[in-house]
Amino acid sequence: MAGATAPAAFPYPSGDQRLSSWLDYTINGLIVGNVYALVAVGLALIFGVSRLINFAQGSIYLVGAYIGWVAVVQLHTPLPLTIIVVAAAAALVGLIIERFGLRPLQNSVRIAPLLATIGISFVLDQLVMLTFSPNPRALPSQLPDVRFQLGGGTIGPLDLLIAGVGITSALLLFVFLRYSKLGWAVRAASQDRDAAMQMGVDVNRVNQAVFGIAAALGGVSGMLVGMYYNQIDTAMSLQATLKGVVAEVVGGAGNVPGAVIGSLLLGLVESYGVAVFGTSYRNLFAFLLLVVVLVLRPNGLFASARQAPPEPLTGTFIAPSRPVRIPRWALAVAAAGFAVLPFFPVSFYVLQTLINAWLLGMLALSLTLVAGTVGQVSLGHAALLAIGAYTSALLSLTLAVPVGLAVIGGGLMSAALGTLLISPSFRLRGHYVSIATLAIGEIVSLVILNWESVTRGPIGISGIPPLSLFGHDLISPSSVYWFSLAVMVVLALLQGRLLTSHLGRSFRAIRDDDIAARAYGLSLNRYKSLAFIFGGFAAGVSGGIAAHLYSYINHETFNTQQSILALTVVILGGLGNVVGAILGSVALVGLPEVFRIAAEYRILIYGIVLLLLVRFRPQGLLGTI
Amino acid sequence: MAEQHNPMLSLRGLTRRFGGLTAVDAIDLDLARGELISIIGPNGAGKTTLFNLVTGLDRPDAGTVRFEGHDITGLSPERLAAEGIARTFQLGRVFGNLSVMDNVLIGAHTRLRAVKPAVPVIGPLLELGLALLRPASVKAEEERLREDVKAILARFGERLLPRIDQPAYSLSYANRRRVEIARALALKPRLLLLDEPTAGMNPTETAEMQVLVAELKAEGLTILLIEHKLEMVMRLSDRVIVMDEGKKIAEGPGEEVRTDPKVIEAYLGHGLSGMTEQESAA
Repeated sequence: MAGATAPAAFPYPSGDQRLSSWLDYTINGLIVGNVYALVAVGLALIFGVSRLINFAQGSIYLVGAYIGWVAVVQLHTPLPLTIIVVAAAAALVGLIIERFGLRPLQNSVRIAPLLATIGISFVLDQLVMLTFSPNPRALPSQLPDVRFQLGGGTIGPLDLLIAGVGITSALLLFVFLRYSKLGWAVRAASQDRDAAMQMGVDVNRVNQAVFGIAAALGGVSGMLVGMYYNQIDTAMSLQATLKGVVAEVVGGAGNVPGAVIGSLLLGLVESYGVAVFGTSYRNLFAFLLLVVVLVLRPNGLFASARQAPPEPLTGTFIAPSRPVRIPRWALAVAAAGFAVLPFFPVSFYVLQTLINAWLLGMLALSLTLVAGTVGQVSLGHAALLAIGAYTSALLSLTLAVPVGLAVIGGGLMSAALGTLLISPSFRLRGHYVSIATLAIGEIVSLVILNWESVTRGPIGISGIPPLSLFGHDLISPSSVYWFSLAVMVVLALLQGRLLTSHLGRSFRAIRDDDIAARAYGLSLNRYKSLAFIFGGFAAGVSGGIAAHLYSYINHETFNTQQSILALTVVILGGLGNVVGAILGSVALVGLPEVFRIAAEYRILIYGIVLLLLVRFRPQGLLGTI
Repeated sequence: MAEQHNPMLSLRGLTRRFGGLTAVDAIDLDLARGELISIIGPNGAGKTTLFNLVTGLDRPDAGTVRFEGHDITGLSPERLAAEGIARTFQLGRVFGNLSVMDNVLIGAHTRLRAVKPAVPVIGPLLELGLALLRPASVKAEEERLREDVKAILARFGERLLPRIDQPAYSLSYANRRRVEIARALALKPRLLLLDEPTAGMNPTETAEMQVLVAELKAEGLTILLIEHKLEMVMRLSDRVIVMDEGKKIAEGPGEEVRTDPKVIEAYLGHGLSGMTEQESAA
């Protein structure tokens, strides 16, 4: 988490001292692991009770850091009071999330709470960003800056504080779970929720307790990390969620002691990894650890190899609905209407907006196939854009491939590489797919950043040639408009045809019940691969076109915000719905322009739209297919 | 016992443990071609776990499963489906958002040939290409399977045919069970495993289901049946196997088994789904 925010400030010794500093690395790994543990334990508690991975956990951590900043810098509270204020305020946020964000969804389909925590996370992050500005702030440690010798290494008071808070929280949690009545209820509910309910356990109170505790721990952890690096910023949130989830999954989802051990292990792996390879690889180790664990031991390191199979998942993953049937002629008329638009005196601004909508539409087509039709809710879809964009840009720049072919090359590379990267997660379900795709998206971005000989690293690629077709450059806005509209329409027609084939029903069968699908001969690997190949191509083409339009790209051009925007589009249009994906893209790109909503509020609005849809219209505008 | 020399399905010492619990404990079973064996026993006796072991959804800790003379222990469910083993699920696992037609077509998935060329490595890509291009052979195959599905649905009278384009989530409970059986039949199975096909059905529906299963048996299909309704079990079964706490406690013709003291004790002793009660109901 903090590795990405302030790598330079990280107290790692330089190379000469390496041999004598292993103890330092170990101490550092354990301290950082302690911080991860505070996040991961909360995630494990929530997962235990609700079978839900709370993607908003990192946002609470972020909120905790900023409340800590307000307390220390503006209110000048003493340290013990700061900790209490942060814990109480974060717990309150947790309670609000549980009460208003998740409790109304208790009887919804399984995808609903997953999408809700993603939406909540984006809303919270944006609120913090709008309140405190995205610029980093200093969060001074309230402890004296001295270091004690310990064997060959040193340790400071803050290290001891973090270790102390970690151990104290673990002990308090242990006592609570073991000896309090509510703690018993939490354990009962996490073993068998239905049985606990029948025995009179108030599951709502259990959920409240769990969210309150998890949020308090997360908030305090955010504050401690802020003090440790003396810096906080809004990028901390996603990093914290990822690290906490990695630690939790490594330890075994829902397993509280496992989460602590997983966290310490993650801290050590990162610390030693950084010692050998350098700080820019820190996150790479975390995500590789996650992918390795997910592939080899998806139930975590400490799960027994032979567990009882999970209870049959009889509920549907997505909301059942009848899709709205739109007659073909109406679609043809709409397409023709958009095609002739440039002949009318429309402004460059309108065309530009619609070009963005068509590019987003291609990404949404890809995501609606993967998340909607096959039920693999990908949170790393922007990585497919990045692969397509870099491939197309590099093909045209370094190999002088004509741009039209380079864009297709970008699509093919995205299809191949994207499918290959995601394939370890094919055996996973639901929330785990989202974690794995989020992590893989981060890995792609980190590889782009670090593989300088090919990607030019942090400098990015500039001077990418403009779009061209058969030797003619497409410079004018209307030609770019036509080109992107035509590509999107072709991709949409192909996807519509795919859905009516035997593959369409096979994909949807896997989404509705993968166990029954396997029992009827459908190989999950084969059909998930085909969906990612098809979807990867569309996303890669979108990224490729974007690269030639922007003429400059770097590792941050295609980020998680685009993945979330695409997900919102897909939910808005209706999962798996081709026309819905395009309609959603036009609506979410167009409406903020029509209402002149300032850019910094848009992500906030996307998050709120996502939450409202999940709550009130889970089938989207045009219905699930 | 001539059929015992060449059984279609043969289990030897099949065992599955969950922690301290042995859900399936050293089960031996031989099922001859065309035979119908019912497995009965109190809830939690391990019947469904046994089905999961045979169909590859779970792996045994010990023992072997042989099908048509080949060792199929631990093969994946998709392989076993291709071998011709079809099953229905106790809790009903239809594909909720798929139409009745599509649900049953999924059952015929292993019979797809034209659109799924058996080419190594690039086979899946060819499948994608053929699904998009749809040459005449692919269209014809799809059309043939759709006709097949209609013929299968016709076996359920007017229960399913009028609802052929409705999504499965909109069907009644009994109709979902029927869709499951239709889906299993679409596989053209050599071995059919039915897990409580009449669960939750009223007496009329149960009687219809009994007629259908009797027809399937008469057509020569080999069937393994889990069923609680003893009247149906007695009418249909060539042999009955009784399981309790993972073990096989009795095996033989229905009449013999139902008077076995061990069987009566297993039902009454556990205080579950009293056999005498069901008998008197039947």
